[in-house]
Amino acid sequence: MATFGFSILKDRQIDYDNNDHRLFRFIEEQEPSIRLCIGCGGCTAGCTAAGFTGFNYRKLNYLLMRGETEHLQKGIQQCMLCGKCKLVCPRGVNTRNMIFALKRAFKTPLWEELQKKINV
Amino acid sequence: MMKFYDPFILPFVIGLYFIFAYLGIKFAVMLIRIGKPERKKIAKGIFSVKTLSAVKEVFLEALLHKRIFKVNPMLGYMHMSLAFGWFLLILFGKIGTLSYSRDFFNPIHYAIFFKYFEPRDPAFFYSKTYFLLMDSFLLFILSGLTLAIVKRFRTRIFGMKKTTRLRFFDRMALTSLWLIFPFRLLAESFTSGAFQSGHFLSGTLGSVFAGFLPVENLMYPAWWAYSLALGFFFVSLPFSRYMHIPTEMLLIFLRKWGLDTGTKMSGYAEAQVLSCSRCGICIDNCQLKTAGETQANPVYFIQALRNQQVNPALAMNCLQCGRCEEICPVKIDIRQLRLITRQHLTPDQSDYHYLPVEQPVKADVIFFGGCMTHLTPGIVAAMKKLVAESGEKVWFMDEQESVCCGRPQLLAGEAESAMRLIEHNRQLITGSGAKLLVTSCPICLTVFVREYNLGIEVLHHSQYLLRLTRSQKIRPKPALLKIAYHDPCELGRGNAIYEEPRQLINSSAILVKTKHEKQMSLCCGGSLGNLQLNADQQNLILDETLQSLTAANPDIIATSCPLCKKTFQKSSPVPVLDIAEIAAGTWQHYIQPASQNQEKANIHELAENQLMN
Repeated sequence: MATFGFSILKDRQIDYDNNDHRLFRFIEEQEPSIRLCIGCGGCTAGCTAAGFTGFNYRKLNYLLMRGETEHLQKGIQQCMLCGKCKLVCPRGVNTRNMIFALKRAFKTPLWEELQKKINV
Repeated sequence: MMKFYDPFILPFVIGLYFIFAYLGIKFAVMLIRIGKPERKKIAKGIFSVKTLSAVKEVFLEALLHKRIFKVNPMLGYMHMSLAFGWFLLILFGKIGTLSYSRDFFNPIHYAIFFKYFEPRDPAFFYSKTYFLLMDSFLLFILSGLTLAIVKRFRTRIFGMKKTTRLRFFDRMALTSLWLIFPFRLLAESFTSGAFQSGHFLSGTLGSVFAGFLPVENLMYPAWWAYSLALGFFFVSLPFSRYMHIPTEMLLIFLRKWGLDTGTKMSGYAEAQVLSCSRCGICIDNCQLKTAGETQANPVYFIQALRNQQVNPALAMNCLQCGRCEEICPVKIDIRQLRLITRQHLTPDQSDYHYLPVEQPVKADVIFFGGCMTHLTPGIVAAMKKLVAESGEKVWFMDEQESVCCGRPQLLAGEAESAMRLIEHNRQLITGSGAKLLVTSCPICLTVFVREYNLGIEVLHHSQYLLRLTRSQKIRPKPALLKIAYHDPCELGRGNAIYEEPRQLINSSAILVKTKHEKQMSLCCGGSLGNLQLNADQQNLILDETLQSLTAANPDIIATSCPLCKKTFQKSSPVPVLDIAEIAAGTWQHYIQPASQNQEKANIHELAENQLMN
């Protein structure tokens, strides 16, 4: 990466060169609608689980799309599956199926590979 | 027993012994896999009246096919003639040979090929009637067979838009089944022709054939063909859909003895899978068809389950509306089978350690709106208004933040996680000391009734409001409105609550009839049970349902489920209201009086005229 003589906070940086999109493509195949997200946040505003914890569907969807898989597993586990997000979504994203596709993906060799990469 | 032997009987005999051995082993394995507590139920039920009522049901359903008659008389006749006709043929055939030979232990094939071994129609004391009956039974079966062949090509005559797609073994079994009876007819006719015997069917045909065919030479091959058809049918039966014939009888007994599907793939669940005859009656009643989905209909799902080919897309693609179970002639627990497979396909990984410790509030009655009611605040507002009017002491338990009831997890196959949420809510409910729990969400109602074991009364708000109206604690404002009521799946088919919401509406407004009512009501498409359908497909289902509801031009569509309400609101041409909103009179906010509408129309007309000029 080119240096411009100033620093960027690591947290604010999305490094598309390093990010791994395999998981996204794997999920997208099963639930193509996740690409439709416009990030309005309606899902998160009405979320039942978000009332008690930091669960944020919009964020998780974006992390997945960007190939930042680190926090996905912990996040998805908090979902209560009530389906309000899907009802309010103006783009018709099938949020619950994305969550289930992810849950199944966590049991695949691909996920183990990604985990190893994160831990390194 | 070499007395009644000829090589041609071998295919039949081998097939028969094979099927007996196979069924013996298969059923034994199934009973072992049923599990201990369920086996105890069998031990309890086997020597009780339940067994007798099971025998009655076997007669009515496995032989007469009463439920299929209700779907369509032609279809019922087709199934009955094949099953009951064949049964009569076997039963009377055996009785006849017993009366004639007076040997109780004569071999089975002696009765089946009686005409071959006794071609001259021997006389015994009621032999005339006996042969007349045997010919009639065969004619009865052949009439049903003709219908079956016609049905393969013209399903609509039988009230079915679609019939099932067949697999290899199904084709083999079907072909041999179709050939059995024509071959029997030919064999008996040729023999009758050769020996100048037989009755109105075999005898007449026999003499006709004898006129232009060498019947003596054709007779023997025809018996071979008949035996081969039988043998083929028996051998292919266990691997085809015809396995339903023996399994359904076992299933009826097990069900009568009180077994239930449970949450695991047990022997009982297996028996249900094998009992599916793939008649295809469910296909037309499954709204997945409306959504353009042709792989996940109940019949194909069960087929995939039997062949161990279930994938997530198949298991997750079900509205859990239960219309298939209403119409299924075998009464298979299709919804539960689907949920069981969901459990296996997606490992339960939810983690709810973050649940807060909440303090219950003392109250007589608890109102639980549920997640979906949070999206339709009009229902809570209406309930508050009605509760204030009635003077009841009600705690709106989940008015602010709330934990989900647990039903969505159960619907997705996450039973363990569901129990954690259920435990959390149960402590709050029992802690409040309430004697009554009211919920406006049928999805929550199902789980409260089935899983919570609260020990207090649980009511849907339609029942509660009707009770308040009857005791005159609330007085719904009369409204001159035509209302079409939509039965939510979870409330109607799920909890058998059909009348209360209707009575509540009738107490203040006019209820109009709709095309699909009560048990056969359609799903709104918003189903929590389906995780697979995309938004466009859901809209197709929604449109179908709205069309059925608005056929009678109602002023309002009423429903009693917040999920249905929210889903309908997307594209309904008329206001969609919950029954609480109707009882509370809040409908006035949505409906403009006719005069105002007229005024509006006049203004539009005026504006248009001005533009034209």
